[in-house]
Amino acid sequence: MSPARAAGATAARDRDQPVREAPRPRTPPASVRLRQAVRLLPLLPAVVLLLVFLGGPILWAFYGSFTDAGLTGASARNPEWIGLDNYRTLLTDPQFPHSLWLTFLFVLGSAVIGQNCLGLALALVMQRANRVVAAVAGTCVVAAWVLPEIVAAFIAYAFFFRDGMLNQLTGLAGLPVVDWLYEYPMLALVFANIWRGTAFSMMNYQAALNDVPPEITESATIDGAGGMQRLRFITLPMIKSSIATNLMLITLLTLGTFTLIYVVTGGGPLNASTTLPIMAYEQAFQYGDIGYGTAIAVVMLLIGAVFSIAYIRMLRERKD
Amino acid sequence: MRGIKKTFMAVTVVGLALTGCSGDSGGEDSQTLLIAYKKADPVLESLMENTKEQFEAANEGITVELSPIEGNDDDYATKLALSQRSPDTAPDVFVEDSFKLRADVDAGYVLALDEYLADWEDWDAFNETAKEAGTGDDGGIYAVPLEADTRVIWYNQNVLGAAGIELPWQPQNWEDLLEMARTVKAANPDVVPFSMYAGTMQSFYELLYGTEDGALYDEDEQKWVVGSQGFIDSLDFLKTIYDEGLAVTPAQALDPNIWQEIVGDMLPQDRMGATVEGSYAPQFWQEGADYEWPEYGEVMATSPFPTQNGQEPGAVSMSGGWTLAVGAGSENPELAVDFVKMAMNFDNSLAYTVDASKIAVRNDVAETTEYQEMNPFAKEVTEVLEVSRYRPATADFAEIDTAVLTATQEVVAGGKSPEEAAADYDEALKQIVGEDNVIEK
Repeated sequence: MSPARAAGATAARDRDQPVREAPRPRTPPASVRLRQAVRLLPLLPAVVLLLVFLGGPILWAFYGSFTDAGLTGASARNPEWIGLDNYRTLLTDPQFPHSLWLTFLFVLGSAVIGQNCLGLALALVMQRANRVVAAVAGTCVVAAWVLPEIVAAFIAYAFFFRDGMLNQLTGLAGLPVVDWLYEYPMLALVFANIWRGTAFSMMNYQAALNDVPPEITESATIDGAGGMQRLRFITLPMIKSSIATNLMLITLLTLGTFTLIYVVTGGGPLNASTTLPIMAYEQAFQYGDIGYGTAIAVVMLLIGAVFSIAYIRMLRERKD
Repeated sequence: MRGIKKTFMAVTVVGLALTGCSGDSGGEDSQTLLIAYKKADPVLESLMENTKEQFEAANEGITVELSPIEGNDDDYATKLALSQRSPDTAPDVFVEDSFKLRADVDAGYVLALDEYLADWEDWDAFNETAKEAGTGDDGGIYAVPLEADTRVIWYNQNVLGAAGIELPWQPQNWEDLLEMARTVKAANPDVVPFSMYAGTMQSFYELLYGTEDGALYDEDEQKWVVGSQGFIDSLDFLKTIYDEGLAVTPAQALDPNIWQEIVGDMLPQDRMGATVEGSYAPQFWQEGADYEWPEYGEVMATSPFPTQNGQEPGAVSMSGGWTLAVGAGSENPELAVDFVKMAMNFDNSLAYTVDASKIAVRNDVAETTEYQEMNPFAKEVTEVLEVSRYRPATADFAEIDTAVLTATQEVVAGGKSPEEAAADYDEALKQIVGEDNVIEK
């Protein structure tokens, strides 16, 4: 969504360029101002909705994170302003660095490496595959994406748990039973999320690859470039901005993943898969400490913002 | 440009104001009673529907509005707490987990009922232990218990009998438990002799409250207990049964769905000797239940959970259960309390308790043959209520409960020694309640 909007905004800026450079009076005539206002009118519902349903909660979260607001207990009646106390507690909470690390592993493993690389690989392979194979493979990959998250999560649980599909299959092959959700919960979650989310990257890259003019690759072939060379020097540079956009979107999506983790492992065993969203939920709704929970949410928001800014900068540099 | 911004702002503000205004519902009127409860349970639902009918018939002009809330226990608590924040949505009467009551009292959501119950004859018929579920930190009554449960040892007589254990088996102390488990394991290494969850209610608290100094909370001092030997001993017992392979594997112990395997497969298939479960276990095996097991009455037997060395009162049990509470902001508290009284009168309470296989909170209900015959174990599990305890469910308790859970799991599956895990718990406890609110035992 946002790359399209960003592209639209750039286009609009380009069109406005000559108007802005032309000398104009300090106060534009009323008719112009009116016209400009009217032009903005169609944006209004979207802006109002964003402010109410996105801006509002974010502001409230910032405010809440500076209070000891509780779901119940004495602090539910009179939440008090406690300044940075929640953040101080967070920094000394041994669970926080642990959760931060797990979140990092989850995002890096399942999104940046898993979904992204696998999605690109699939898109490249499918370009070459014959139509039937591509259609069948594409449907299989997209099926996981189409499922509601809760259903996908239950499927992942049924696959990985002790007596699940995976162990039955490996059992048939004579391999020992591994209790994935107990021994390697993060690995299981990473795989589950790759399975669930790869379709998105694949579709992004399929669209991007379709835009690479075949004549360029052809001429590279004529110049004697091999497959890997074509990929490295022609294809990848040409879809760079798609890569950045895709990375940004899947990073943000994965950063906030809750349902999948909550259903498959519940953050366990022994907090071995308690990522930041799970930790925030536990604090806010299981322990009723809304203030502390929102502080964790704010930290996640900031992490997301940092990533977005980094990716957007990457995008801009590419443009220049 | 500035002009545009201004227009923009103005329209935005108007937009916000418009959307912000739509939440006005005009408050609740005193002719309507709003009743909130968790939807999941059909027995509870029919209790509420029946009471609504009876109440509206008895009080002309009064409407009872039922507001069933869907979700699991946590979701219900969250939604209830959110609705209590605003007088527009706060229910007059709500079904409250005894586990959450004290926190909600602290929050000022719950009406003190002492003066309303003073002239209610039926109140004397309620079991004294069960009344604890509705008692606040200050000793006042804030809720009427709807039901109770207890926890006992459920054992499979086939398995114990085959190992040569004398039946009926009546363990007097922890050593007896281990002895039975070791005997069964020696006789048949394939069965799980004696399993306790790596949890709290069915496991750790049963142990802790049966030790000499065992308690989480000192009610007299109103302080939380740290450095208790009972805490370490209890963890040590769990470690023993897991280390010696007397219980399920640690991996199974940490699986939140393990109870289904235990009540559904292991016990009915004679693959487990004994476990600690709630008094409601027959609910799993009764006709039409999820794990229907027609012979459960003959195969299974119960025993109270013994204290550590057999010291007084000889047995221990933990209790929980739902209660009925009245909202502090109710516009018509008299009427709301009347609704509670009607829901918990003899007839309604009897019907609910028997249908739900719960422990009766009214002694007169407990004495009926209908109740005593609701399942083969009704009498035994009810007697345990005498020695049963409720958790010190203060506002911080959910977090403390998790700290205890972590300690048990660290010992069972995390490779920590009982001393280390107990020390970690003490640290966590101090963080949660503050250094000033703990007492060394």
